[in-house]
Amino acid sequence: MKTLTLAAIGGGVLATILSFSFTAKADNHIFYGIQMEQFEYRSGDEDENLFVWDGDAFVGTDELKLRWQGEGERDLKNDLYENFENRLVLQTPISDFFDAKAGIRLDTPSTTDRWYGTVGIMGLAPQWFEVDADLFVSETGDGSARLDVEYEGLLTNRLILTPSLELNAAFSEDREIEVGRGFSSAEIGLRLSYDLIDRAVAPYIGVAYERKLGKTADFAKDDGEDYEATYLVTGLRLLF
Amino acid sequence: MKQKFARSALWGVLAAIAVSSTANAANYDLSVDYVTIDTGEMKTTGIGYNGSSPGPTLRLKEGEEAVIKVTNNLDEATSIHWHGLILPYQMDGVPEISFPGIAPGETFTYRIPVSQSGTYWFHSHSGFQEPDGAYGSIIIEPKKREPFKFDREYVVVLKDKHPHSGARILRNLKMMPDYYNRNQRTLGDFISDVSENGFGATLSERGDWGSMRMMPTDIEDVQGFVGLINGKSPEQNWTGLFKANERVRLRFINASAMTYFDVRIPGLEMTVVQADGNNVQPVKVDEFRISVAETYDVIVQPTADKPYAIMAESMGRSGYAFGSLSPQEGLKAEMPARRMDAPLLTMADMGMDHGNMPGMDHSSMSSGNENSMAGMDHSNMAGMDHSQMAMSKDDPFYAAGSGLTPKAANGGKFLSYADLKAQKPLYPERPATREIELRLTGNMERYTWSINGVKYEDAEPIRLKYGERVRFKFVNETMMSHPMHLHGMWSILDTGNGKWDPVKHTININPGMTVYSETEVDEPGQWAFHCHLSYHMASGMFRKVIVEGGPAVAALENGVQ
Repeated sequence: MKTLTLAAIGGGVLATILSFSFTAKADNHIFYGIQMEQFEYRSGDEDENLFVWDGDAFVGTDELKLRWQGEGERDLKNDLYENFENRLVLQTPISDFFDAKAGIRLDTPSTTDRWYGTVGIMGLAPQWFEVDADLFVSETGDGSARLDVEYEGLLTNRLILTPSLELNAAFSEDREIEVGRGFSSAEIGLRLSYDLIDRAVAPYIGVAYERKLGKTADFAKDDGEDYEATYLVTGLRLLF
Repeated sequence: MKQKFARSALWGVLAAIAVSSTANAANYDLSVDYVTIDTGEMKTTGIGYNGSSPGPTLRLKEGEEAVIKVTNNLDEATSIHWHGLILPYQMDGVPEISFPGIAPGETFTYRIPVSQSGTYWFHSHSGFQEPDGAYGSIIIEPKKREPFKFDREYVVVLKDKHPHSGARILRNLKMMPDYYNRNQRTLGDFISDVSENGFGATLSERGDWGSMRMMPTDIEDVQGFVGLINGKSPEQNWTGLFKANERVRLRFINASAMTYFDVRIPGLEMTVVQADGNNVQPVKVDEFRISVAETYDVIVQPTADKPYAIMAESMGRSGYAFGSLSPQEGLKAEMPARRMDAPLLTMADMGMDHGNMPGMDHSSMSSGNENSMAGMDHSNMAGMDHSQMAMSKDDPFYAAGSGLTPKAANGGKFLSYADLKAQKPLYPERPATREIELRLTGNMERYTWSINGVKYEDAEPIRLKYGERVRFKFVNETMMSHPMHLHGMWSILDTGNGKWDPVKHTININPGMTVYSETEVDEPGQWAFHCHLSYHMASGMFRKVIVEGGPAVAALENGVQ
């Protein structure tokens, strides 16, 4: 059933993007792009192996874009999805450097599924910080928020050091998905990439540190799960 | 009966003479083809004319009617715009504005009454065919003798050939505006700036740019190109032959999609005799900057029996074109050292330094010294302390303190717009009937470009009246230079020289600057008016101009029948 849902979502996204791309041939005001900021293998300090991705794709005009944002974590040892998230949003500029977006999100990890409605902003903050800030309301009526910040530090014009931060907070508890009220989780990363082929393919190595916070951490501890983990990561940044 | 026959025969002959003499037609054929462009380093499929890119040089004659049959062998629509030619608007070759375009397999016949002379060029005005290779040169031989002499001539067409197709380049820029900028400031630059200026100053300078979210290195949007001269890469070394002491006329055309070039021929002084096809009072220079779509004709006189380098470095120094002038085939000039110190924009280029901005009065600046610049004997200048010279004679067409102000590689004379004076005024001087302000605007982070903040697709056309003289005020509010090209009618660049102001088809406006040009609205119809940087034009820095009325209407209004 889950596979079916996923296939349907994937197919839908693909069909939308393809149909837009075909119209794009006729109209040169429609653009598209696909990006994977993270597409990596993670090996943890306690023998965990994960495959992790975080990417997005868009199609549309300067004024209106349809954007897919997806991220996931596959636990390779236990063969399950710790996280599998897909978002589809419409996005429009609201200032010189920021866009507003609104849409839906579907989480389909190996445990419990959740639908969300979402609004957010994304853009470039002063001093070149790339910011993505979102609010979510789930099908159970629980609200949550997420902040993603990234900075590209040019060691050279091709060797790039990228610190990143993701911070999650919940406005109410959702025991079923083991999220407690308050700050729920954080992830910080530091990745060193090299632009191998234009900006299209950039292999990287780095570290990532994930930690569940507050009540959410307590839930994990109660279940005898890890509430924090450190990983060495190797992967590719992709842009097409 | 006999008489009748004789009479009709006579009429027939007369008619035939009349037809042939009024038409005075010359036929030219061009096919538009997919071609392979080989620069030595890369082979790409592009678009060319008569089987090659660049296309041929069309040699037209002033006074003739050029009948140019263009056959589209592509599987997409095409068009040819005759850049700088004054012609009926239906022949101007801009799809949706002049005509519907040329469908695949179709032949379109352009009929151009050639009423001018000089160096021009042609290119596709459809999609990204021009960056992809669809360009060629035009020489129009004048009816009358030209006010300068030369023994031989070459067309020197500059091009920034990129491995990516135009469509892909724009898509990449929309995804990531600095996709092709590999000249950005790095940690190393930060450290060296700290050691030079101190930590505090460097941090606050970085902070200023960061708070604007702009980059001082944002000079060339599209890097990674190979500079071509007449289709040849530096490695392939285009060569023009000469005999010592000959006067060689070089017709420079910048057919690039995005790149301005700084052109020099070390060891030779260049005498600029024409700009955008119109004769100018000769100016001797060591180097000149050619904006996209401009043309400059220069005359050089190599005295030694050795090869000379034609060196064209891009304004942002990310690429270059190179060729040789040589006394014999196969003899390659030694390439001069490239200047690797890429310029950096300053706050003046951002329009932050208001002291020297828009309001500046060009006319008061140079009206007093009508001949002092053009007539300056610059052989005497070599010995001058040129740091002082640069201080006192900064190019008025760059913001004071601009990071883009060019300097000649040998410390000598660098051509300025202020040096250009018409050889013979094309139009009588008269005050403009009105002024139209065109603010050049854009958002680099979104890679959107516009005029007065409105993109082409959302804009109303600019309406002009036949017979008026309109004054355009270009205010560049962006951080990039924009070569603005009005189709169909001349742009008289205001250099403050009154009736000697040069007549051009493309006017470059540098960042933080205001530049004026005037146009005698003497062609009816509808025309394109746009920034000639391909991806700025495609992103919206474009307008349709409608000229209302025409010769008949204007004559009626003036009470003349």
